Amino acid sequence: MKRILVGIDGSDCGGRALSTAVEQARAANAELIICYVIAWSPYTFSTPQENAERHRRREEELEAARSKLLEPQVARLKASGLVVEGLARHGHPVRTLIQLADEHKADIIVVGRTGDTPLKTRLFGGTAGGLAQSSPVPVLVVP
Amino acid sequence: MNWKSLLAACLTVLTPVSVTAAEGVDAMIDRAVTPLSDALSAVIFYEIPIPFADQGIPFIVVWLVFAALFFTFYFGFINLRALKHAFRLVRGDYTPPEAAGEVTHFQALATALSGTVGLGNIAGVALAVSLGGPGATFWMIMAGLFSMSTKFAECTLGVKYRNEYADGTVSGGPMYYLSKGVAEEWPALAGLGKVLAIVFSVFCIGAAAGAGTMFQTNQAFSQLVNVTGGAESPLGGFGWLFGLVVALLVGLVIIGGIKSIARVTEKIVPFMAIVYVSAGLMIIGINIELLPSAFSAIISGAFQPEGIYGGFFGVLIMGFRRAAFSNEAGVGSAAIAHAAVRTDKPVTEGLVALYEPFIDTVVVCTITALVIIVTGSLDPTGQIAGVELTSRAFGSAIDWFPLVLLLAVLLFAFSTVISWSYYGLKAFTYLFGEGQRTELVFKAMVLVAVVLGSSINLVSVMNFADAMILAMSVPNLIGVYLLTPVVKRELTNYWSDYKAGRLKIYR
Repeated sequence: MKRILVGIDGSDCGGRALSTAVEQARAANAELIICYVIAWSPYTFSTPQENAERHRRREEELEAARSKLLEPQVARLKASGLVVEGLARHGHPVRTLIQLADEHKADIIVVGRTGDTPLKTRLFGGTAGGLAQSSPVPVLVVP
Repeated sequence: MNWKSLLAACLTVLTPVSVTAAEGVDAMIDRAVTPLSDALSAVIFYEIPIPFADQGIPFIVVWLVFAALFFTFYFGFINLRALKHAFRLVRGDYTPPEAAGEVTHFQALATALSGTVGLGNIAGVALAVSLGGPGATFWMIMAGLFSMSTKFAECTLGVKYRNEYADGTVSGGPMYYLSKGVAEEWPALAGLGKVLAIVFSVFCIGAAAGAGTMFQTNQAFSQLVNVTGGAESPLGGFGWLFGLVVALLVGLVIIGGIKSIARVTEKIVPFMAIVYVSAGLMIIGINIELLPSAFSAIISGAFQPEGIYGGFFGVLIMGFRRAAFSNEAGVGSAAIAHAAVRTDKPVTEGLVALYEPFIDTVVVCTITALVIIVTGSLDPTGQIAGVELTSRAFGSAIDWFPLVLLLAVLLFAFSTVISWSYYGLKAFTYLFGEGQRTELVFKAMVLVAVVLGSSINLVSVMNFADAMILAMSVPNLIGVYLLTPVVKRELTNYWSDYKAGRLKIYR
């Protein structure tokens, strides 16, 4: 196992997924890729005003994801001697995680089973289930 | 930018509205608008006489149809040959994954469509068919097909010459390609470009207040009154209240920035469009045995009309005119909406925009026309027209459908107001400079127009609205003609890349 991809969403369960992924990475001496997917669909409907501001919003969303969720973890884990990379991208959670796993040649995907709010739980629970069904690499689901 | 004097001007216009009684306001506005309206209409709807016909062709119809034909031939029937590729662009086949989170081709098209799909597709078609007979449908479809090329040209330019600001927002549309584009391509005509941009912006502001806002709330309210009992409706006379409610909702979206309302509408509008189209297809399906005769009525009516509107040219004009109103090709409004897409190839958005008149006119308008024809709802006396006729046609097959239609009309009107308030805002800030205060002045004007639209019933104002929206096409198309070489260059480069397989496909 060379590369482990872990999906986080800012929830406790996502945090447990990260801890598990870190243990696995240390044990296998593998690289860790931490991903945060910002739920987004190319087929939504929006007002002209929203479209005009979309690029700015996207940059803000990415910046928030990087500075609040990814960078603190990446810095902490790097300091502990792991090879870590943080990625944020917009898209459908399942498809985007698979795409990122493919792009970075990850050998396994680690995700939490549930997210933080009931709605997110459905979405993220859906993510674990969706990954189990369509991921080309093994999936480790953390409760 | 002198916003204070502007605000003062607005207030002087508004003050009498609040103090004078309703009758007085009507008469006063009528007095103020009639000369303007007459002058503009005299030019825009100037009838070019045709030998041996009792009816001339309005200048603006010739102007728009000539443009549609010119661009179709000049770009080698781009409207037909690029449809398949445009579909793949909309689907996102050519969008790199790194662009996730940006405005997609689909979103730009959907936003532009929600600004155009509306009353024109429901009421306008019924008007065309009742005045011009079934044959008007044929000319409407023809005009729709050819005007796809006009939309292609203007939307390509809209993206090419848009402004991208340091804070990541974009702003595009005819005012930018008229000023920047013309100056770059024809340095000697830079002054003309500036003038065209200013004239366009003035018309665009007028159209946003008129056709984009007042006409919408007016029609929405009259449909509400019709469905709730016509002349005996308890709502009759409460137009101002309806206007205030709509103004509150619009205000929450455009001033309060309450995205959820906009988001809900933006989700329901496409849903309503799908419901409308499916219901139409179902009614056509039920009457499938009448479809061949409906088509023959459309074809024969197009060339040997029995319409009451006046001969061959009458039918032709009726069809062309309604198509122009409905899909707004050549008007330049869509170029503002399409300009928000994130792409480094302006032509791609132009190609995507081909679908706008196609969906709006060739698909939705045709369905309305067919439903009216196959259900035999056409009133030979022409007494029942507009939304009422469409409502009757759908109601004859599905008796509760007029209620759904009412909801559709209300929502379409609302989303059109939101879209047009943005188009108008862009023109307004182009003229008076970007800034919170300038924007607020314009948004306040939109809200006033919402209330006025549903509370007064003035022919002069409605005519003015009609004329303004079509008048936008005069400065816009002059600019597009001047910039056709630019579009041609972009298209030739892009198309040779596409044909040679140099475009990367991501799925």
